[in-house]
Amino acid sequence: MRLTAHQSDRLAALVFQWAGWLSVVVLFGIFAMLVWNGAKAFTDISLAEFFFGTVWNPAAFGEARYGILPLVASTLLVTTGAMLMAVPLGIGTAAYLAEVAPPRVYNALKPAIELLAGVPSVAIGFIGITVVAPAIAKIFGLSNGLNALNGSVLLAVMALPTIITVAEDAIRAVPQSFREASFALGANRPVTLWRVTLPAAMSGILAAVMLGLGRALGETMTVLMAAGNASAFPSGFFAPVRTMTAAIAIELGETAQGTTHYFSLFAVGAVLFGISLLVNILSEKIARRFRYKI
Amino acid sequence: MSRIAGWALLIFLPISCQKSSNSIENLLIKGSDTEVNVALALAEAFMEKEPNVSIAVTGGGSGTGVAALLSGKTNIANSSRPMKPDELKMAEGRGVRPLPIVFGIDALAIIVNEQNPLDSLTMDELARVFKGEIRDWAEIGGGPNMNVSLYGRQSNSGTFIYFRDEVLNAEYSSSLKQMNGTAQIVEAISNDPAGVGYVGVGYLLEKSGDLPQGVKLLKVSRAKGQTAYSPMEPSHITSDQYPIVRPLYQYVNGKPNGRLLEFLLFTIGAEGQAIVSKNGYYPISKAQHAANLELLNAKIAISK
Repeated sequence: MRLTAHQSDRLAALVFQWAGWLSVVVLFGIFAMLVWNGAKAFTDISLAEFFFGTVWNPAAFGEARYGILPLVASTLLVTTGAMLMAVPLGIGTAAYLAEVAPPRVYNALKPAIELLAGVPSVAIGFIGITVVAPAIAKIFGLSNGLNALNGSVLLAVMALPTIITVAEDAIRAVPQSFREASFALGANRPVTLWRVTLPAAMSGILAAVMLGLGRALGETMTVLMAAGNASAFPSGFFAPVRTMTAAIAIELGETAQGTTHYFSLFAVGAVLFGISLLVNILSEKIARRFRYKI
Repeated sequence: MSRIAGWALLIFLPISCQKSSNSIENLLIKGSDTEVNVALALAEAFMEKEPNVSIAVTGGGSGTGVAALLSGKTNIANSSRPMKPDELKMAEGRGVRPLPIVFGIDALAIIVNEQNPLDSLTMDELARVFKGEIRDWAEIGGGPNMNVSLYGRQSNSGTFIYFRDEVLNAEYSSSLKQMNGTAQIVEAISNDPAGVGYVGVGYLLEKSGDLPQGVKLLKVSRAKGQTAYSPMEPSHITSDQYPIVRPLYQYVNGKPNGRLLEFLLFTIGAEGQAIVSKNGYYPISKAQHAANLELLNAKIAISK
């Protein structure tokens, strides 16, 4: 039996519709599970202690403490540092690749950047301990470099391929006529890039930044290994920090199911999920505004 | 690497077993990263003798192993600390009867950077350093002129708990950098002139029997004015002179029988104990051996 053109269209539409819905269902399933399990932690922990407590130490010698603030602060600190480095470098590289680089350079750089995305996070963490941390210690006169700054540098490296690839595509997607109009008005290439091409590609570039941000927020192994992992409230980029992802990864293996500690880790996961969601919603809003402007 | 080897064993053994026969018995060992190398060596030796047993060894930390025993996901939980009260309570609630079989003695070595002029510490000084009460090396005659930089394991490690409960008897300083394994502690301290940390002796020495580059071992004394001992000298451990020693446990659920019992008896027997010594740990005492046999009810099992 052969399908008519109309039937095969319908079938294809149905398949893709289901594929689309599936990801929505999975997303809500994960969120529901995090909230469902996380909520059980609050039979033993007060909301005030969880959200405003400044000590996270569930396996304490004395009384267990469940304050999420140091974990959130560490995550935000490391991620902000990573973005401060990766965003200018990433957009600059993307602009160079899309607009300036001669084909020979491009053909060497592009695969190298894509390979960088494939380096496992344990390997980056190990390089962080053995190479980057001692270098940071030397430069800033510290005894060791296992701190938030080290985590930021490594996360920046890991976020770069994402930012570069997506931003390059966005810059390439700017119609050639925009550039030609700029040249016709007498602008040279740097001015055209800075005043015409980059603003026109802004919504795509923002998407690139947000994807990179998501990568940095969720990264676990690298920060767990190389950011020092101390439980103290972070006092700055030179302090060893423990992020939300690292706390979940370290502690979930040892906790027995059904304990307050176990549920509290789901609550931490739910908060992390909420932060990611917020970042995505904001980026969608910002990107839309830039799109309408052009 | 040891953990990877454990995983590899876990993945490949079931495949290779299915080929030979169906009567193969699978045993799972999970837990302490401190014990994973010696457990692997014991398992390999046992499997060589008994080809129709397959033993898979994985690490993850003592807490991880105990959690797995409580949820019935492993036959043996390796632990470098005794089970905690809340773990025992949970075991009771689930009808699990954990039996602690001691199969080796571990000494914890205190290491600093090789540039540190310090030679020895008392137990009290050691505790105050890790509690964060001694913040500057100069206070105890060490160097450099920097804040002490503390390295330890993560909370799922039995070494972390043992050191906290037995040496500090208090909470760690919140500036303790919790490293993801012994190798990382050694690596970090060799790069940190102000670093200090603890590692199991079995994991400290390299294959050649030398200390890793860049780190230095401290002698430890029980109190001020008493002799400080090095854990490198076996007689200091077995004569109870070096103060930071701990038993290594294999926890099983209830009185074991069959292959599981045979394996446990192998680990505490002469052959197993030789392997334990070869891996940098110390053999159990006669009293500990007798206590093990009592727990295992071995006389009945052997005479069957």
